[in-house]
Amino acid sequence: MTIFLENALIIDPEAGTETTGNLVLDAGLIAAIGAVSSPKGAKVIDCGGKVLAPGIVDIGVKIGEPGERHRESFRSAGLAAAAGGVTTIIARPDTNPAIDTPEVLEFVTRRAADIPVRIRHMAALTKGRLGREMTEIGFLLDAGAIAFTDCDHVVSDTKVLGRALKYARSLDALVIGHPQDPGLSVGASMTNGKFASLLGLPDVHPMAERIGLDRDLGMIEMTGARYHADQITCARSLPPLERAKRNGLPVTAGVSIHHLTLNELDVGDYRSFFKFSPPLRSEEDRKAVLEAVASGLIDVICSMHTPADEESKRLPFEEAAAGAVALQTFLPAAMRLYHAGAMDLPWLFRAMAFNPAKLLGLPQGRMAEGAPADLVLFDPDAPFVLDRATLLSKSKNTPFDGQRMEGRVIATFVAGRQVFGKGDT
Amino acid sequence: MSFRARHLLGIQHLAPDEIRAILDLADKYVDLNRRSIKKSDALAGMTQINMFFEASTRTQASFELAGKRLGADVMNMSVAQSSVKKGETLIDTALTLNAMHPDLLVVRHGASGAVNLLAEKVNCAVLNAGDGRHEHPTQALLDALTIRRAKGRIQRLTVAICGDVAHSRVARSNLILLGKMENRIRLIAPPTLMPSGVEEFGCEVFDNMREGLAGADVVMMLRLQKERMDGGFIPSEREYYHRYGLDAEKLSHAKPDAIVMHPGPMNRGVEIDGELADDINRSVIQEQVEMGVAVRMACMDLLARNLRAERGAKAAGVLV
Repeated sequence: MTIFLENALIIDPEAGTETTGNLVLDAGLIAAIGAVSSPKGAKVIDCGGKVLAPGIVDIGVKIGEPGERHRESFRSAGLAAAAGGVTTIIARPDTNPAIDTPEVLEFVTRRAADIPVRIRHMAALTKGRLGREMTEIGFLLDAGAIAFTDCDHVVSDTKVLGRALKYARSLDALVIGHPQDPGLSVGASMTNGKFASLLGLPDVHPMAERIGLDRDLGMIEMTGARYHADQITCARSLPPLERAKRNGLPVTAGVSIHHLTLNELDVGDYRSFFKFSPPLRSEEDRKAVLEAVASGLIDVICSMHTPADEESKRLPFEEAAAGAVALQTFLPAAMRLYHAGAMDLPWLFRAMAFNPAKLLGLPQGRMAEGAPADLVLFDPDAPFVLDRATLLSKSKNTPFDGQRMEGRVIATFVAGRQVFGKGDT
Repeated sequence: MSFRARHLLGIQHLAPDEIRAILDLADKYVDLNRRSIKKSDALAGMTQINMFFEASTRTQASFELAGKRLGADVMNMSVAQSSVKKGETLIDTALTLNAMHPDLLVVRHGASGAVNLLAEKVNCAVLNAGDGRHEHPTQALLDALTIRRAKGRIQRLTVAICGDVAHSRVARSNLILLGKMENRIRLIAPPTLMPSGVEEFGCEVFDNMREGLAGADVVMMLRLQKERMDGGFIPSEREYYHRYGLDAEKLSHAKPDAIVMHPGPMNRGVEIDGELADDINRSVIQEQVEMGVAVRMACMDLLARNLRAERGAKAAGVLV
């Protein structure tokens, strides 16, 4: 079916422009952009001057299949993603069992086949994410793995990591690392400083991230593998990242939306919904990392969607699970950055759609004729108070519960089909 | 009377006048406890449950005695051995107890913030008897009472807190209380046992004990938390004693009338010289134990008054 979107504020992250115009979606692609008129027989949607942007490509979404379907199923994640303007989910392999064989990968691919948004799966870099032996990277690539990562399990044996990276390099596979020194960060649930000391919680120095990043960059220099750091959250990690990029290492970096919009003080009175891995940082670190996104040093903003049930959160802070659901709050949280003047909409969608797609070799994330018609139509100014009970994820662990937010998704399109919003099909 | 709190979770939440109210009432209970008939009916008809998720002898005995002297029905739950082992969560244990309608719940738990979490789920008054390395409010209050009785005031004193500050909830509560009462605080510890960011708490930080003790009115020793040491914070106990153990020579750097305190139980020959600990001219360690019962009586009495007022108001349909 042909869809005609008229009177939209069209965000082109590649060109860095926002222009008012119309869009024709046909055969799953963007057929025409600009001052075009409606083709015959097209379904016309009046955008009312609201923002139309490429749909979000979210690297690092945790879904509970296999193993923890009570926390999140492909279906619930898909519905939440559609409602949140996330049109491509890049799913994590930290499931139970881990996605570390072509057979498990085929299982999840089949399970996820009929969800409303696009989904691609990452596979583990080492078997069982145990850091001892590399997975069948070649078979997994053939089965559709889009990247390789052990998530928050750091491969501490550099011999193992070196071999895995060398092997990945020969297949041009992307490896996603979690820069963190496992020794310094063991048992920590807060960032080191006055606040953690006052709460009496075990803490980790931001240097643990920098040491982890330094090590990973050394391994990349040694092996030449393509590397993406999942979350860079501290000011002191930025100089080595900048140097590595300047020296032409095949390195990119991401950061979660929570580390850009919250800081350690939000933990307040031991609120476990604010427990993250790595932990929330100081305000100085938050600002520095935000600037690094604005300057392009950090390429990708992700949601790090991590569903956790009530039982795993209703525990003393140290024992509680880390992470938050974010597929539906990602866009409104990102609007905080826009409204605060940290960056404009094209730049935000560069970090949330264009860059991640490019990094993964996907055709999404572009606002161009011939690009996939994966789009989000939203009102960046629409205010609301978030009630976590209304989230479509099975788990409701969000730090934004009860908070005032701005930015409402009006409609989401995937492959030219409306998957969320009034009159979705 | 200006004590307004519903729970006693930490010194953090108390105002200076509330601290004074507790100490003033505790003074009266010290007198009561020295009589041969040590009974009050302040908690008559009320149920107090002591729930210790971490083993404790002294604090639990002190709370038990305090409750009994005030006429409460006291029950000790040694949760460390029971349902928790069967996999019951903290909150479920709390809800189970709550259904038995206790009035005062005294809780010790190994995780920081666990008592705050529990207090959100129950209808009674909760007293924190120590949570992880967060707070141990009644210890700080009994220390304050001991200091006030020995020095005649709890303001403008120089207090040195020495030892394993990093793992100590006693140090945190004392730091907050002494700061609220406008004292000069010095922290003395090897750098590996000093929490991060403490300079920002408004205290002076030393790793040399003699420098830290210079001119101190009060020397508060902390127990070396051996059971918390997951290895390698200090080279050895004997080197620790040599550099940070309190003996007569190191104490000579403090004021001549400085008092020596220790929350107990002591590791003699590790953080404090045994003879010094027993020196009745300098050590107030036994007084601290005595003050402990009185302070806990005062805290429970005040919380019970607020609880009764709240229930009375609720029964009368008044919003509080």
